[in-house]
Amino acid sequence: MPASPAASPSSPAASPLHLAVALDGAGWHPAAWREPDARPKELFTARYWADLAAEAEHGLLDLLTIEDGLSLQSEHPFEPDARTDRVRGRLDAVLVAARIAPLTSRIGLVPTAIVTHTEPFHLSKAVATLDFVSEGRAGLRVKVSARVDEVAHFGRREPRALRLEELDSPAGRAVLAEAFGEAEDYVEVLRRLWDSWEDDAEIRDAATGRFIDRDKLHYIDFEGSRFSVRGPSITPRPPQGQPLVAALAHRGEPFRLAGRASDLAFVTPRDADDARAILAEIRSAQREAGREAETVHVFADLVVFLEERPGAAAERLARLDAAAGAEYTSDARVFAGTPAELADLLVEFAAAGLTGFRLRPGALPYDLERITRGLVPELQRRGLFRTAYEASTLRGLLGLPRPANRYAAAAPADAALTAASA
Amino acid sequence: MSNESSSGKPLKRIHLAAHFPGVNNTTVWSDPQAGSQIEFSSFAHLARTAERAKFDFLFLAEGLRLREQNGRIYDLDVVGRPDTFTVLAALAAVTDRLGLAGTINSTFNEPYEVARQFASLDHLSAGRSAWNVVTSWDAFTGENFRRGGFLREEDRYARARQFLEASWQLFDSWRGDEVLADQASGVFLGDPRAGEFSYRSSEFDISGRFDVPRAPQGRPVIFQAGDSEQGREFAAASADAIFSRHGTLDAGKAFYADVKARLARYGRSPDSLKILPAVTFVLGESDAEAHEKAEVVRRQQVSGQTAIKLLEQVWNRDLSGYDPEGPLPEVDPLVGEHTVARGRASVRMNRDPLAVAREWRALAEAKNLSIRDLVIEVSGRQSFIGTPARVAEELNRFVQEDAGDGFILAPHLTPGGLDEFADTVVPLLQERGVFRTEYEGSTLREHLDLPPVTHTRTKEAI
Repeated sequence: MPASPAASPSSPAASPLHLAVALDGAGWHPAAWREPDARPKELFTARYWADLAAEAEHGLLDLLTIEDGLSLQSEHPFEPDARTDRVRGRLDAVLVAARIAPLTSRIGLVPTAIVTHTEPFHLSKAVATLDFVSEGRAGLRVKVSARVDEVAHFGRREPRALRLEELDSPAGRAVLAEAFGEAEDYVEVLRRLWDSWEDDAEIRDAATGRFIDRDKLHYIDFEGSRFSVRGPSITPRPPQGQPLVAALAHRGEPFRLAGRASDLAFVTPRDADDARAILAEIRSAQREAGREAETVHVFADLVVFLEERPGAAAERLARLDAAAGAEYTSDARVFAGTPAELADLLVEFAAAGLTGFRLRPGALPYDLERITRGLVPELQRRGLFRTAYEASTLRGLLGLPRPANRYAAAAPADAALTAASA
Repeated sequence: MSNESSSGKPLKRIHLAAHFPGVNNTTVWSDPQAGSQIEFSSFAHLARTAERAKFDFLFLAEGLRLREQNGRIYDLDVVGRPDTFTVLAALAAVTDRLGLAGTINSTFNEPYEVARQFASLDHLSAGRSAWNVVTSWDAFTGENFRRGGFLREEDRYARARQFLEASWQLFDSWRGDEVLADQASGVFLGDPRAGEFSYRSSEFDISGRFDVPRAPQGRPVIFQAGDSEQGREFAAASADAIFSRHGTLDAGKAFYADVKARLARYGRSPDSLKILPAVTFVLGESDAEAHEKAEVVRRQQVSGQTAIKLLEQVWNRDLSGYDPEGPLPEVDPLVGEHTVARGRASVRMNRDPLAVAREWRALAEAKNLSIRDLVIEVSGRQSFIGTPARVAEELNRFVQEDAGDGFILAPHLTPGGLDEFADTVVPLLQERGVFRTEYEGSTLREHLDLPPVTHTRTKEAI
């Protein structure tokens, strides 16, 4: 494996940039599916996702994310719509990630999962299994749902209609604090379940007839105000120990979740100063949770439209907007320009302390190919991006160590053994 | 296929499936050839062997809480399995035709999520998914879930039936022609109401729009595994196939006749429900050698420690002080609530433990058997033992005499336990014209010769 001295986790300031790509349908622009090279009839096939993953891996990207939700896509953040001119329908993101895992070998796979309506026990073993089938490349992005239609799809909670304008009222903040508090509990359960088997729990000791050393399996006994989970997991500790936990965050409550519970935050700064302010909030939450010794990566999300010829990307964006009948807006900054211009912007943002970027291609596969074949070579020329994969696990690509097991650490003798074998 | 038996009756074609070796003492982990039960390479190996042999499908079991005995995690059997959906989706990448069947619980899941997982798996495998619907009710398993053990035992089939009805409505909420993706006109969805559903019953009150377009098979192939009166009726009403436990000829015939006779009540033809017993096998160069190997395997499956634990499951007492090479306990089983073993389907079966103990003591005395010998004796031998020719003949006879429509084969070794069967028995079945030599269809429904799913809006629950 080619060694890359700059990738040493002990010197994050000198690290090259990390790059992720956010895959969603035919791309992030609502008219992307109408582009000539779009494959809108194939969105529900394995081949489509496998091809995108292969392209992203060809570009040596750290990871890809896959969007998801427990409802049809909608223009409205909290309610369904009845539009027929945009991509509607999708496949379960964890299963898409599992389907492409055996077809790839280095890129990290980070599907989105809704925590509001699902069971942490199921999701924990699903992501652990994704880690087994990808041999250490799994993560997940936890997402809180505030949609009233998703509540009705499950029928287990009281519907609570939320309006954008009330998010900053005391009542709105209380709803958010509750939802993100629940998400934090959920992540805690995921993490405890991943640790609920020690790495050397399987002993296959013919002399005593024991397959496992059950002293190395642990009840997690999570008791929160919202739910409790006993454990242990039915799935052994996954290859990475702890698969990567990511969260997209736009404001206070999610910043808190990102700092307290995640390994990787996706944020949406407008400029470098905005990025500094966001980083301060996340680092503060990280310190509060006693995690200052841990690495929490913060990537900026950007929607990108890329063309080699100056001005051409803006023209394409205008054409897409005309097809969609509206100017494209996003929670993330929208960039239209050349790969070199994007590289300049990334360098400027990175100076604020961001460790990487999650690029949302305006159109797929078009803008993904401009990332892998235009932006990546540009960054490589500047010495800011890897020229070969330097690790075989996602944690390894992000310079994160394989963590010691929290339960093994409780017994000093066992902790020494785990450290020696890690 | 026009092959006929000597009686002139057309020969039935056998369906074959591979059961990934389970979390129980059938799976021998102490053998030098035994590999990982959790690494993906083991699943891929078995799936590729099954596909090479043109099997109908691969089958995965599930248990949502680790088993316990005497208040501690049971440590003598293989422990640990993957998430069913996730590993099946990954297996879709390393196979092209093999069906992918998984056990998914209807108690500790919700229809919207399970339906989108199965619809997604069916898309990602181009029509190869199957769902073995199981129920549970115990608070023991419920401790791993937000809702806890909420379901009463008597309500478990009602919930399973309603869960399936709700799921069918979700699968049927897309007809299959809605995604136009017409780039010229800008119409992606031909119907603004695609995916609309509403289902109300005693267990569920859900409505909205389902977000996965219609699956290639319409819905996954539905399996049912319960053997109770309720379970059989549930299968006759709703299932495409039964995972049965009746692996002997006489028991198989009785079960087969019973279940197939129930189908008419639901307006279904006998062919529309396939009965597939789970069976084991041991092959040898001669029948005698196969029987010797079978004996060795049974002793591997039942160590002295395992024998004591299996005895405790009947005695419902701590028997750890007994010597497995010594005689059966003189103390009688504890009758009443089962407290020793938890998280196992077998201890729920309502056999009279005192009668079992009497029977076993008599057997042990007559044959001079130790605890371990006795447990090996009563655990039953493997279903099919012999040369490949003998096993092929017996498998075929079992199917032609209507004791089943095929088999779910459970090898005792992971992951290579099916290799020899694939190489030696399958060609003999093919020579007889009772097993396919190439896949003829691409979906699991086609492999199983099941009628296609027609789009029908399912009725509201009663």
